[in-house]
Amino acid sequence: MSLAFSEMSSVVLETPLPDLSVLRGVAVTALGVVAVVTGALVFKVDSMARATYLLAASFVAVGAAVVALHLDYVGVVVVLMMLMEMAVMGVFMVMLMGMNPALMPMSMVHSKRRALVAAGASFVVLAVGILLVDWPQRSSVPPEGPAGSTEGGATTYSLGDALMGDHMLVMMVVSPVMLATIVAGVVLAQAQGRYARLGDDLRGTTQGGRR
Amino acid sequence: MTLEVVLVVAAALFSVGLYGALSQQVVVMVMMGLELMLNGVVLAAAGFWWFTAPEPSLQVLLVVVLAAMTVEMAMGFAVALLLHRTSGADMTDMAAELKQ
Repeated sequence: MSLAFSEMSSVVLETPLPDLSVLRGVAVTALGVVAVVTGALVFKVDSMARATYLLAASFVAVGAAVVALHLDYVGVVVVLMMLMEMAVMGVFMVMLMGMNPALMPMSMVHSKRRALVAAGASFVVLAVGILLVDWPQRSSVPPEGPAGSTEGGATTYSLGDALMGDHMLVMMVVSPVMLATIVAGVVLAQAQGRYARLGDDLRGTTQGGRR
Repeated sequence: MTLEVVLVVAAALFSVGLYGALSQQVVVMVMMGLELMLNGVVLAAAGFWWFTAPEPSLQVLLVVVLAAMTVEMAMGFAVALLLHRTSGADMTDMAAELKQ
């Protein structure tokens, strides 16, 4: 089966494939607009709790749009990961801000005008580039999964096939990076390490000592 | 429905995130801006996948972007905690010595 996928992925089409279905096209556009609007409201609303929920809504919209583009696995991972991340973010807000984040009105910005100009300019540059570039035609067909699988299921199957096959190096690089992140996160976040308590030689005799 | 529509929406998401990352004073809100920028990258990559080359390689790129988002959040919160503990800072302006 893996052989079939790698062969299939390099097939060059003589005629372009039919586009997304109308329903999916409308869904992707609408969800994208929802993601942009909720994303913009994140920096507009008065409370951090609302900002967190709006950011979560933005991520859910993008995750759903990704699912509508037949990338079921990645879309579902985006939704699940970001909902948990926003929950963690809420905890950090309460912890770091030291206030009731749902009730406290706030506007904590600096260089607002410059930031707006920079954001507007980046959008204009990107949009002009997007509209001017002559994008290539689709060069391959979506993968076919095991018999009876849906299109989304087939892409999930092909992703697993790629990660455990041709693209295993990606997994092998990402895994130690994740481990290093866990270790670095603990090292940075812990209140007092053994070097702070016991000194540079870890014997408790040199400078350092308990602060 | 074309690739351009998806990319323009993704560019809008990226720009909104850029505004947040540049303008917000609270560290957590700055990170929200960065997340929104990566959100745009995810949408753009998914659009590229479908409209140019629906094959596994681009999906793998999306997995890498998701991993980058995770690392960014974890490291960002760890540094925010460290800053808060050492100098009581929860706003970027309170950590201005970092640019010296």
